[in-house]
Amino acid sequence: MSKSLQGKKILTVFKRPSSSEGILSWITTVDHKRIGIMYGYAAFFFLLFGGLEALLLRIQLAKPDNDFLSAAEYNAMFTMHGTTMVFLAIMPISAAFFNYLLPLQIGARDVAFPRLNALSYWIWIFGGVFLYSTFIFGTAGAPVGGYLAEEISWLGNAPNGGWFGYQPNASFKYSPGTAMDYWAIGLQILGISSLISAFNFITTILNMRTKGMRLMRMPVFTWMTFAVAFLLAFSLPIIAIALFFVTFDRQFGTTFFLTEGGGDPVLWQHLFWLFGHPEVYILILPAFGIVSEILPTFSRKPLFGYAAIVFAGFGIAFIGFGVWAHHMFASAISPVAQAGFGISTMVIAVPTGVKIFNWLGTIWGGKISLKTPMLFALGFIAMFVIGGLSGVTHSVVPADTQQTDTYYVVAHFHYVLFGGAIFGIFAGLYYWFPKVWGKMYNETLGQLHFWLMIIGFNLTFGPMHWLGLQGQIRRTWVYAEETNLGFWNLIVTIGAFIIALSIIIFMINWSYSRRKGPAALMDPWDARTIEWTIPSPTPVWNFSTPPEVENLDDFWHKKYGEDSEGRAVRRDTADQLLIDLEEDGLNPKNHIELPNPSYFPFILASGLPLLGYAIIYKSIALAGLGVLLLLIGGFGWALEPIEEVTIANPSVSNGGVEDE
Amino acid sequence: MSDHDYPHEPTGVETRKLGMWIFLSTEILFFGTLITTYLIFKGRTFDGIKLEEVYDIPFTSVSSFVLLMSSLTMVLAHNAIEKSDQERANIWLLATASLGAVFLAGQIYEFTEFYHKGFTLTVNIYGSTFYVLTGFHGAHVFIGVVLLVILWGVGKRQEGLSLDGGMNLEFIALYWHFVDIVWIVLFTVVYLI
Amino acid sequence: MSDYFLSIKKLKLVPFMVLFTSCIENAPMDSLSPEGPYARTIDNLFWLTFWIAVGIFFLVQTVLIVAVIIFRDKPNNPEPKQIHGNTKLELLWTVIPVLILVAIAIPTVKTIFELAKEPENALKVEVVGHQWWFEFKYPQYGITTANVLIIPEDKPVRLEMWSNDVMHNFWVPKLNGKRYLVPGQLTYLNLYADNAGEYWAQCGEFCGLSHSKMRARVISLNSSDFKMWVENEQKEARRPEEGTLAAEGEQVYLNAGCTQCHIINGVWDVQGDRVAPNLTHMASRHVLGGASFKNNPTDLTKWLSNPAAIKPGTFMPNLELTEDEIVALIEYLGTLK
Repeated sequence: MSKSLQGKKILTVFKRPSSSEGILSWITTVDHKRIGIMYGYAAFFFLLFGGLEALLLRIQLAKPDNDFLSAAEYNAMFTMHGTTMVFLAIMPISAAFFNYLLPLQIGARDVAFPRLNALSYWIWIFGGVFLYSTFIFGTAGAPVGGYLAEEISWLGNAPNGGWFGYQPNASFKYSPGTAMDYWAIGLQILGISSLISAFNFITTILNMRTKGMRLMRMPVFTWMTFAVAFLLAFSLPIIAIALFFVTFDRQFGTTFFLTEGGGDPVLWQHLFWLFGHPEVYILILPAFGIVSEILPTFSRKPLFGYAAIVFAGFGIAFIGFGVWAHHMFASAISPVAQAGFGISTMVIAVPTGVKIFNWLGTIWGGKISLKTPMLFALGFIAMFVIGGLSGVTHSVVPADTQQTDTYYVVAHFHYVLFGGAIFGIFAGLYYWFPKVWGKMYNETLGQLHFWLMIIGFNLTFGPMHWLGLQGQIRRTWVYAEETNLGFWNLIVTIGAFIIALSIIIFMINWSYSRRKGPAALMDPWDARTIEWTIPSPTPVWNFSTPPEVENLDDFWHKKYGEDSEGRAVRRDTADQLLIDLEEDGLNPKNHIELPNPSYFPFILASGLPLLGYAIIYKSIALAGLGVLLLLIGGFGWALEPIEEVTIANPSVSNGGVEDE
Repeated sequence: MSDHDYPHEPTGVETRKLGMWIFLSTEILFFGTLITTYLIFKGRTFDGIKLEEVYDIPFTSVSSFVLLMSSLTMVLAHNAIEKSDQERANIWLLATASLGAVFLAGQIYEFTEFYHKGFTLTVNIYGSTFYVLTGFHGAHVFIGVVLLVILWGVGKRQEGLSLDGGMNLEFIALYWHFVDIVWIVLFTVVYLI
Repeated sequence: MSDYFLSIKKLKLVPFMVLFTSCIENAPMDSLSPEGPYARTIDNLFWLTFWIAVGIFFLVQTVLIVAVIIFRDKPNNPEPKQIHGNTKLELLWTVIPVLILVAIAIPTVKTIFELAKEPENALKVEVVGHQWWFEFKYPQYGITTANVLIIPEDKPVRLEMWSNDVMHNFWVPKLNGKRYLVPGQLTYLNLYADNAGEYWAQCGEFCGLSHSKMRARVISLNSSDFKMWVENEQKEARRPEEGTLAAEGEQVYLNAGCTQCHIINGVWDVQGDRVAPNLTHMASRHVLGGASFKNNPTDLTKWLSNPAAIKPGTFMPNLELTEDEIVALIEYLGTLK
């Protein structure tokens, strides 16, 4: 049934790819669900790398003056740990959630620009591989003129200037070799990926909502996706420029951050944190969204203060652009600036607190079921509030001059990023597991994972509060025996290994349950939002017919009414409704158009790392090849036809993911 | 997507155009950061050759005028496609691309002159900020010229742009006007103030 | 069943209990035992905020735990009321935090300006950061030293700081918060100790391979001791007697290349253009190498045999000295009191 091309001349020779199984189907997919799954697996893989890097750090710090890692290896490990966790683990796992869920939560077939979506993924994974190729190709060394007692091992030939790359330490004179170029260029590539996603998601949320899905009826997770997209869109260009400056300084002789040529290293701090602070809200807002979905479901009552939570989320995002110099309180900024940013940092505590109180209001008076997603969501609140409060102590500028650059800060951000973001992410992984795979995870293993993780987590990061206040600086390869910091460092290391154990349990649960778990219902949690109105696992076409939404928490309202006291009362029609939805969902009666797969995002994306290598190794040939791939990708993309309409095959569900 | 049952664009703005607007807003931050950096360093005193010693405002003014004219021809091209006058649209597209190319040629000439006078990329911070700022702008103009030429080529091959192609013209026009506006700001901030 | 969960939930409080009992005894870098007025001001402000934070912590955790216990899903429990929100509560929990934060903000801003002020009658000392040691200069006295910052007990000290290479910072936790040392710009920090004594310092800003070994000591001396110290420092270096082991060591110093980077006032000037610690009175310093090792023959031998093994990336080359040369050199250096 090919669609006529309305008299257009055919401009290309290649037909659109049409496979729905096998590797080629994954390389050419533009299906948001498959892209989400690819992000998720790759990001988890990187999370394991980041975790391994952390364990190596902790072994080194388990006792004073240890020599398990050399200084060069240590510096590389903490740099890669931070960079990996931020850019290659948390951000892409959030992207996995955004990709898989956003269209489902707004009732759409896919995102606004499906090929651009695939492009984001391929650029990201190529960027991650490029960054990690430093362990094979990268070189590091002592600052120019310095001496080393031994050669740097492969483990040390990686970016070693910290994830924040302060200048001029990260400049060529002090970080010779290619490792920091892998860092700057790698991050640049990763940034492009997120930027593309950002405007894809903004456009999707604005223009692709189903009938009746007014903005104030959208699930909170969708709202947080929206906020994150704006944060990405406005903060990434700043770091892109800053990274260009770094690469130009290192490779082309400019002097943006080098005082010798009139440059200013503090400018790097400003530019980095102008991006960096919104970045941390990018990291936490998705978890805020996930938790805002889970708490109501497992309390069987609506989210308390929906509007307040939405507006607080945007308030945090907006104010988040005005607090960046709180990372610089001890740096070269004036007392007036310190006071100003101290106050703005305190201000941002208010909407954050509002959200926490609203979450408490959600569970209060509910009927609470302590399944694994709920445990992680509750754990999130408990841990995030600790991190948030230590953040408030940071806003007290004079106190921060004692706390900054110590393990107290390390404690703070791990409580919000691990106890917050990661706990939220695990909550979401368990919550939507049945929808994605059509199977149920093992509840006992889930609970074991949670308890081990929360114990290990607190053992690891709790003591860091007083370790920091009592003298342990950050990024410290060794610490002296006389500082008396050894005992608690050992406890911290033990805690880290407990965390590792809990993650192994998670992995066992996930891989076993995916294949051999019991079949999951369409609506296993008696949930509230419309992604639960389609079969589990999600059919490739998402919704058979575009849903019509009349309320916030529309699905819940179709299942439950309220009695005179306001208590939920299950409707008589609810059971039949579920049966009908599932039946309808599996057997679309209407003509469905799915976006066509394409080779070109993959091809275009592959050009970027080649350009990266070209800059590092000054190779015209590589540059030429990279540009060629970009051009082929670009032209092919622009000119490929919209071909035969893909009629969804009802026998192939979950985007074609049967088993592999 | 194109399911007939799905509501068509709740915002009332065509999806690809909306995407382009959002992309352009990120570009505002991109150039904003570059311009801010330029201004920060402009206010400092550092020994060494400065732009003021080498530039030629009359020349750059002509160059700027050329770019401004290209925005006019871009509007004319858009007008033509609205009226389905394919031939005219094509001519104006080519005109815009040519004017853009003339602007670029002017930039290249200018930069070569500066280099000969000693104002290079690596000489000091003034060189670094100037060339990176104007260089990125030039790169954007170049990409724009390439897109315009492609559009012109597609139009020629198909004997006119279809409605869909007309939409493509609209958002390349948006991009082109943006690049022009950035130049106006740049010219003012770098050369005139 | 709920008792079991009651006790499990209480586990969440354990980390907090531990916090109370876990303060490290005798931590030389402890910012929680201030020994000077600036550190004490900061400390007071911190504890004010800390206890407020603890209060909020208890509030939130208690509500969380109580809610989970009381509202646990039990088979006979009715469905919950579908409450959507409460405007009064929203206002309450927006306004109250604002008031609390205002209460914290006012002393915070006051303290920022107070601590930034240049104290009256202060002694000015310049601190120059290098990879990986601190240089201290006293312009008033014409003295240059390293690693050990000697300050008078009877007046505050105003540090004027910058870096010779990358970002560093200077942190004496018992006396004040930390401040960056920036290449090409000046920053300032005040120090004042209650009593004579020794206070540990460290570079807190990641500065490369040997960042964790960039340390210092601040020693506060009473006024007569301080005067004696200044007078001694202003003298030129002692020369060893002819024919002694120290004299041999002096020859080693001259010939091995030390003069490329190190100055010994009045005797050996720098021949190259790299700046290294001034060694004129190094024997009076009890720590060396960026305060990363002690000034005793064993540690000094290790250092001289292979500097890069102690401080990776160091700009001090391995001079390939023989054991005898090292012994003589150490003897000579020991005379530089």
